[in-house]
Amino acid sequence: MQLDFTSRELTIKLVYYGPALSGKTTNLQALHMAAAGDAKGRLMTLETKDDRTLFFDLLPLRFEDECGLAVRLKVFTVPGQVIHASTRRLVVQGADGVAFVADSRRSQTAASAEAFVDLRNNLEAQGIQLENMPLVIQFNKRDLPDIRREEEISAMARRGREPVYLAVATKGQGVVECFLGLLHLTWADLEAKHQLERKFGFDGNNFVRRVAEKLGQRAPVTDLLGRTLGDATRVAREVAPQ
Amino acid sequence: MMDLAEKSLDDLTLADRFELDELVDRQALAEVTRSLEDLFGVSLRLYGTNGRLLADTGRRLRLYEYLEEHGKSRAALHEVVARVRRAQPASGPLGERCVSGAHYRIVAVSYEGRPIGRVILGPYRASQDTETPPALFEAEPGLDRERVAELLEELPVLSPSTVEGIERHLQATLDLLLFSGLKALLASNMHLATVRESYRELQEKSSRLQAAYERLKELDRLKSNFLATISHELRTPLTSIIGYSEMMLEGISGELSEEQHEFVSTIHGKGEQLLGLIRSLLDLSKLESGTMSLRRTNVSVASLVQDILATLAPSARKKSVDLRGHQDGELPPLWADVERLRQVLLNLCENAIKFTPAGGSVTLIARAGSVPLDGGQGAGSVLLLPARRPAVELLVADTGVGIEEEERGRVFDAFYQVDSGATREQGGTGLGLSIVKRLVEAHGGTIRIESNQPRGTVFVVTLPVEREST
Ligand SMILES: Nc1nc2c(ncn2[C@@H]2O[C@H](COP(=O)(O)OP(=O)(O)OP(=O)(O)O)[C@@H](O)[C@H]2O)c(=O)[nH]1
Ligand SMILES: Nc1ncnc2c1ncn2[C@@H]1O[C@H](COP(=O)(O)OP(=O)(O)OP(=O)(O)O)[C@@H](O)[C@H]1O
Ligand SMILES: [Mg+2]
Ligand SMILES: [Mg+2]
Repeated sequence: MQLDFTSRELTIKLVYYGPALSGKTTNLQALHMAAAGDAKGRLMTLETKDDRTLFFDLLPLRFEDECGLAVRLKVFTVPGQVIHASTRRLVVQGADGVAFVADSRRSQTAASAEAFVDLRNNLEAQGIQLENMPLVIQFNKRDLPDIRREEEISAMARRGREPVYLAVATKGQGVVECFLGLLHLTWADLEAKHQLERKFGFDGNNFVRRVAEKLGQRAPVTDLLGRTLGDATRVAREVAPQ
Repeated sequence: MMDLAEKSLDDLTLADRFELDELVDRQALAEVTRSLEDLFGVSLRLYGTNGRLLADTGRRLRLYEYLEEHGKSRAALHEVVARVRRAQPASGPLGERCVSGAHYRIVAVSYEGRPIGRVILGPYRASQDTETPPALFEAEPGLDRERVAELLEELPVLSPSTVEGIERHLQATLDLLLFSGLKALLASNMHLATVRESYRELQEKSSRLQAAYERLKELDRLKSNFLATISHELRTPLTSIIGYSEMMLEGISGELSEEQHEFVSTIHGKGEQLLGLIRSLLDLSKLESGTMSLRRTNVSVASLVQDILATLAPSARKKSVDLRGHQDGELPPLWADVERLRQVLLNLCENAIKFTPAGGSVTLIARAGSVPLDGGQGAGSVLLLPARRPAVELLVADTGVGIEEEERGRVFDAFYQVDSGATREQGGTGLGLSIVKRLVEAHGGTIRIESNQPRGTVFVVTLPVEREST
């Protein structure tokens, strides 16, 4: 996070992490499509080879809060291929929140586990415990055959702390919900650390609602945040009824 | 300002504060403004956030030159220009009008919602203007109305929508240029950062390896010391055992009964065997710790071979193995430690006899060979130096059980024995070949194993012929 008091600007870094080909870049593309023109910058895809990310993708989003605080969201993806380990470490540095995108197919379970361990190690290398990082998990590619069943995933999700989302990124399904979940969790974490509300009169719930609107979501935020398989109450708890 | 190339990923992607001309080539900025001027005939000036002029298509206007000639109009003109320069269009384009009636537009340029500079468009005549403002002639009555009207004609006429179009187009073009500039910069930064990160990782790994290596080396040294001490401590009492049993066998302490003689013989024999083993261990540890010194002399290969054949003839005969020697032509003397060379050949021949069944044969061959010169692979040395130097090859060929291809590397390890019936039958400790190899290497030579046809093994020892002086 970067906070510029003079220009009243808050910059938040969100990172999409996950195994190769799980759909991280596709998530960003869907977000870019969903975002209103005045909120989004150009989607920067930095170096690709055969559509595989080599360095990262970066989607800049910006929103003006009612209190006059400009919030800039920088959404990154890491390259998932195993060989790009050092690049992943560089990109995830300084992340305020992480969305882990897994491929739902059974055949990809091992790859997801490996990438998850990789994420934990890379955070630890920066002295951050994964438990302390705002984290949401997305099971993507729900449209494909031979995927892990929803009951199976939700049973696991209930045991874990992280909000879990189902998505079909290629159709944009579940992408915005997952993003809002991540944003909300990240804001709650930053609020706890930096008291944005007290210092700036920054209203996080209101902010998440405005972002939701800019991303084309008209449903109440409580509903949107509630569309998770995990501990929905944990996400929804802090959201004031509208 | 810090050089952009040195900024971190965070600086570039999160803070992303930069000047236009840091990301976009000045030349490109000039070309963009010039192309707009070519298209619409209107002058453009591009300023950075720090007020620096980055691109200017302005040319001398005859109207302004004319106005400059008169004190009052000059002052009014300068005032307008200064006002235009100072104008900061924060929340929308600003308009200014000159005494001559010409217009200026001042527009902020932004990137990702951040101001990054401003453009001054003008002077131009607005399409909706009908006449020159009378203010000009009131301020400066000396001006020639017709001349002013004529010179005003040289200014382009723009409609409000054209002006807006130019602004939009310029903003969009700059946006693209900035985006590509930033992208290129990020890519090259990431290249560097990734290389640096991989390098750091490698360094970490190699320093861990180095530490592990140092520890192993230390352990190895300890082991060698331990072996040397142990062997000495064992040898002293053992020599007494051997010496006294020998004296008993010679009858110095009185006649022995046949049974007593047999027992003492066994004690003596086993004592010798044990001493042999200890000597081998000691040799090995000396060789490993590099403390073995060679006493080199000129060694005749022919007499060395004869000596070995003579020594081993009895045991070969006992096993009904045919042992013979053979020398191919004249050989130069070897500059070597004769005792150690004997040890090498004895070990190899003993093995050959041991692993060859009755009726087989063992041949010890000496012949001339050559070894590649080491070092100097450069073009010059390949061309100028002889590639090989003379060597002597000593071959021990048998018709025995043979050694499988994949075992050939391992039989030289200490205590390694091929797990075959033959080895189990023959006993031994598995130290022989490891000592042989080290002794050969101490002489600067090499040893390798080949298959004999149709069966059996050939050990080939290659020793370079060294000059006495080297
Ligand atoms: N069927 C299906 N395919 C998907 C879905 N999401 C992504 N894909 C496809 O999966 C492939 C990989 O998607 P990307 O978004 O490039 O994957 P990535 O995680 O960025 O991969 P790396 O950059 O190599 O780490 C593409 O062919 C996508 O079209 C989905 O929900 N369903
Ligand atoms: N000429 C040979 N033919 C077949 N196998 C051999 C021959 N020479 C050596 N070997 C194999 O290599 C092993 C190692 O040989 P080495 O001389 O080191 O030990 P050893 O003869 O078993 O015992 P030591 O020489 O210590 O009494 C032997 O046990 C045997 O399996
Ligand atoms: Mg990708
Ligand atoms: Mg032996």
